[in-house]
Amino acid sequence: MSTVYDGERGEFVAEPAADTVPLLAVKDLRVEFRTNDGVAKVLNGVSYHVDAGETLAVLGESGSGKSVTAQTIMGILDMPPAVVLGGEVLFHGEDLLSAKPARRMQVRGEGIAMIFQDALSALNPVFTVGFQIAEQLRVRRGLSRAEARKGAIDLLDLVRIPHAKQRVRSYPHEFSGGMRQRAMIAMSLALDPELLIADEPTTALDVTVQAQIMDLLRDIQRERDMGLILITHDLGVVAEVADRIAVMYAGRIVEQADVYALFRGPAHPYTEALLQSLPRLDLKGQDLKAIKGLPPSLTRIPPGCPFHPRCPRAVDRCHQEVPDFHPLPGDRHSACHFAHEMLVSGYPGSNPDKHSRGLSRGDA
Amino acid sequence: MTDPGSVGGGGPALESFASAEVADLATTQSDERQRKPRSLWGDAWHQLRRKPMFAISAVIILVVVLMAAFPSLFTARPADYNNLDFASQPPSASAWFGYSFQGYDIWARAVHGARATLLVGFFATLLTVLIGSVMGIIAGFYGRLTDAFISRFGDVFAGLPFVLGAIVILTTFNPPGSEPSGTAVLIQVILSISVLSWPVSMRIMRSATIVAKQLDYVKAARALGASTRRIIFRHMLPNTVAPVLVYATIALGAFIAVEATLAYLGIGVRPPVVSWGVMINDGKDYVQTSPHELLFPAGLVTITVLAFVMLGDAVRDALDPKSR
Repeated sequence: MSTVYDGERGEFVAEPAADTVPLLAVKDLRVEFRTNDGVAKVLNGVSYHVDAGETLAVLGESGSGKSVTAQTIMGILDMPPAVVLGGEVLFHGEDLLSAKPARRMQVRGEGIAMIFQDALSALNPVFTVGFQIAEQLRVRRGLSRAEARKGAIDLLDLVRIPHAKQRVRSYPHEFSGGMRQRAMIAMSLALDPELLIADEPTTALDVTVQAQIMDLLRDIQRERDMGLILITHDLGVVAEVADRIAVMYAGRIVEQADVYALFRGPAHPYTEALLQSLPRLDLKGQDLKAIKGLPPSLTRIPPGCPFHPRCPRAVDRCHQEVPDFHPLPGDRHSACHFAHEMLVSGYPGSNPDKHSRGLSRGDA
Repeated sequence: MTDPGSVGGGGPALESFASAEVADLATTQSDERQRKPRSLWGDAWHQLRRKPMFAISAVIILVVVLMAAFPSLFTARPADYNNLDFASQPPSASAWFGYSFQGYDIWARAVHGARATLLVGFFATLLTVLIGSVMGIIAGFYGRLTDAFISRFGDVFAGLPFVLGAIVILTTFNPPGSEPSGTAVLIQVILSISVLSWPVSMRIMRSATIVAKQLDYVKAARALGASTRRIIFRHMLPNTVAPVLVYATIALGAFIAVEATLAYLGIGVRPPVVSWGVMINDGKDYVQTSPHELLFPAGLVTITVLAFVMLGDAVRDALDPKSR
């Protein structure tokens, strides 16, 4: 970490080109929603990548563009009102955004699959769970009805649904919340995808079931050497399963780092504030350090750094200059003018005065 | 039984307890379901068979359909059996529904009239729902310009006053003095009803499609690589068809009434073709002196319409798995 900054920078800029092609790379994705109320800039240059067998957690508040990025990758955005302005979604180096619809359809399910937050509404209420899993095997793999049914039972077994043979005939509403999410996972695994995007897979579940589902996802991912993009706003989940983290704010990635590095020392004030807003058992009787204010309206993103109105470190420069998403030592990136200084100053938790309420109010 | 031991992960005591409970549940449930088919239409049929409402309406509809198909099963007399000696006589053993002012046997005439009535009602409904649903799905699914175009196009037809529209269409095809054949008039009546009423089912289907399109399971189906056709017909249609089915059963009754209206105006089905509408119009002038001439055909219309409405209700319930 204490190596010379400039030298590191040169090395890191050159690195991605020399590397092998990642499983999925999103580059400078820009999407806006055109509505009657104006244009909402939902994604403003999102870039991340994920390799086979790796778990990337995409972290952010509601409305930060996590799900929109995922839906753009899958190509399931509602095209009006959404407009993809630019960028690339490279799957094995092939740009999906410019691919033909037939090719995109082929990639969905077989290449990249997705599971949704609310499994009850993501399963079709009029068909049995088994039918919905078997349907893919029949249509895409050309299996017979009986074979597909057997495949569906195997998949339900794989996601640890007890008595899969009987449960395959159940309707989604006859399942409990955790079972539904398992069924949803089984559905997305049917065609053995290389990359799985999980859009807040545990948000709608209670805590014990959350842990089971996360265990399941992790086991399956390891077993199949699958890439996993985990979209969440739950820092606990992230700490447990992620290899790398990308933090999103107002349609941008503001920080990307190895999970240990990020928890040890965040290089962006937003990440820092998120970590500090977690309730801690050892700090009893204090108010939670919530982040002041609200995320900016995407129709009017403030000039300069989008986080500056809420940032305790903001200075004049932040009001005017949009910070680059620049590489830092230790294979991490940050979009803050003071990222380097934040890393040098060490873990800010040891210096709590700096983030007292008085200071942040003064900046807002 | 499959092995419940495959449940892994932490907390073995809790998990084995949970899976034992699930096992009990699964066995009791699976016993009663073992032989039951578990597909949308299979389950709907299984559900329907146990409903008294369905049985009653099905029997009524079956009888009426039999009347239409084989009138000789119900009466030996032809439709135009007529004896002026019995004019306006009330129901008796020889003529169950009595005689009309013209001396027609009302029962015999009603049995023969079922065919034209049902043909108009059934085909006008079928066409209305088919045209409306296809247009509604296209408008709702593709949205934007397509939607605007189809919706405005539908508004043009919905904006025409129904009776006026039917008069214009039917008199254009059959100017006064012409002698159109019975079949030609039937087809014209069916077509003019469908052309004027498809926007209603289009709007119903369109809004159901717009709702369904935004649901997660449609997105999920797309995310797992389903084609547009599969999404529309396999995933959306079973969820959007219920409101249209309900409309169809109501429309069927309404169209039987429309058929009567057009017959009354002398531009719809006309003698020698017999329909219940024609009979109602024949009977309405004598309602004070011999009410049976009106009441029997009108009652038949009411019972038939009621049967279809009940059928529609039962079918809609059966198609919703959550109501089981």
